[in-house]
Amino acid sequence: MNKIPSALSLGIRRGGLEIKQFSRQRESVVFTLLFPVILLIIFGSVFKDTIAPNVTFSQYFVAGMIASGLVNTGFQALAITIPLERDFGALKRLRGTPMPASSYFIGKAILVSVSMIIQILMLLGFGALFFGVDMPTDINKWITFTWLTLLGSACSTALGIAFSIVPKSGRGASAVVTPIVIILQFFSGVFSIFTQLPTWMQQFAALFPLKWLTQGMRSVFLPDSFASQEVAKSWENGKTFLILILWLVIGVFFSVRKFKWDRD
Amino acid sequence: MNAIEVLGLKKSYGAVHAVQGIDLTIKTGEIFALLGPNGAGKTTTVEILEGFRTRDAGDVRVLGCDPHAQGSSAREWRNRIGIVLQSTSDSGDLTVIETIEHFSGYYSRPRNVDEVINSVGLDEKADSLIRTLSGGQRRRLDVALGIIGNPELLFLDEPTTGFDPEARRAFWTLIRKLRGDGTTILLTTHYLDEAEALADRVAVINEGKILALSTPTELGGRSTAKALVTWRDGAETKSETTDNPTSVVNALATQFKGEIPELTVTRPSLEDIYLRMIGIAHE
Repeated sequence: MNKIPSALSLGIRRGGLEIKQFSRQRESVVFTLLFPVILLIIFGSVFKDTIAPNVTFSQYFVAGMIASGLVNTGFQALAITIPLERDFGALKRLRGTPMPASSYFIGKAILVSVSMIIQILMLLGFGALFFGVDMPTDINKWITFTWLTLLGSACSTALGIAFSIVPKSGRGASAVVTPIVIILQFFSGVFSIFTQLPTWMQQFAALFPLKWLTQGMRSVFLPDSFASQEVAKSWENGKTFLILILWLVIGVFFSVRKFKWDRD
Repeated sequence: MNAIEVLGLKKSYGAVHAVQGIDLTIKTGEIFALLGPNGAGKTTTVEILEGFRTRDAGDVRVLGCDPHAQGSSAREWRNRIGIVLQSTSDSGDLTVIETIEHFSGYYSRPRNVDEVINSVGLDEKADSLIRTLSGGQRRRLDVALGIIGNPELLFLDEPTTGFDPEARRAFWTLIRKLRGDGTTILLTTHYLDEAEALADRVAVINEGKILALSTPTELGGRSTAKALVTWRDGAETKSETTDNPTSVVNALATQFKGEIPELTVTRPSLEDIYLRMIGIAHE
């Protein structure tokens, strides 16, 4: 008798299916992938100032938008769509098959990674072409960028799956999730200069991953001379790494232990 | 060898005793129908057997395993069963064939995708997006996804709700064919004619207990129940309840010297017996 396919191979198959489904939902493709670019166009056109020597607001903003893109495509998208799938009964049906939960999670992670890659390419492309955003030339900066993106995606995916147990229904999910994301974006210095925010806001934001992702992305896209203008007078990338790992563990724990397949 | 063995099954939700001690044995290869009104404990029982719910007490063996087992043995077990849930829908952005092909990849020895599509009568819709299907067509897709893994045991929860009569007949043929291939089928349904047409045995469940368990023709003493003979005599419709309908008809034939006007001979339908059992006055 043939063997049941492995969890990993089913996860990859699910990833392909998720991408196919996603690409056929035109509204969400436009909203999820183009929205950050639209914001870049708006902010880049309104704020033309230089905030430090050789640092334009666009440069600062691209770093923030890439970081918050990780939160949008992972946490926000999953915490909204998974309750919808649960309402449809699609999750319960999956649970009745030999497909393991881990394959479902792997499929979601693949979807998040692919939309993230597309989003990053569009942001960097638009930023470089129209708003004079400089690309880093130091290989170490690209290494930082790579681990930040990988760890940030994983963390965001896990927290999105974990948070999907919070909204009571698919219809209400957006109303629960979206304000949290927008508040975190404001508090974490995505739309403004972080150090100009009130201290209590900065301290609150420091509890969550977005602030650290944003700061990490600034270490990639801003000159090292700017590090002295951060709250801690340095990029704190080691601390960012540890905080993201911690949130990843929290997200995976709740995803594995508390995931809800059924409405009841 | 039995497909399902249940002994002393109990389940409560707070103060509500949904299942109050059910014993049930379903033989390998039979079609077994579970009948009962909404809230009778039918869904709770079936969902415990499907491994979706925990139980408070009792022994449950489904294909020799405890449905609540976790880990890799649960995957082996799920590989051998098929489930058609009561209400499922999808976002609808995939085609019929894409969906069935994808699900076939979950199992170790799936059926042929085209054959399954053909057997549920969706050939012409194979390349259509699910969102364009009618309610009955979606239901047939649900059935296709339930049988794609070539299950030894198939759970069917209200499978033909929303079918037109023709589609229902076609579905019955499919279910009989599955039984012919050796699949054990546990069916819950609201349609008594469906249970009568398909099931080898039926159980009536109400208030968390099994009230009767028998073949459809014998349920509730139906096969030995008195027959009702009705006919028209002039302007009047007459009737007689009898153990010997043949002699009544013979006597009438003599009386009318040939054809008896508007003659009918009926015994209680499964529906009559069922409604009497669950205590609903029926005209």
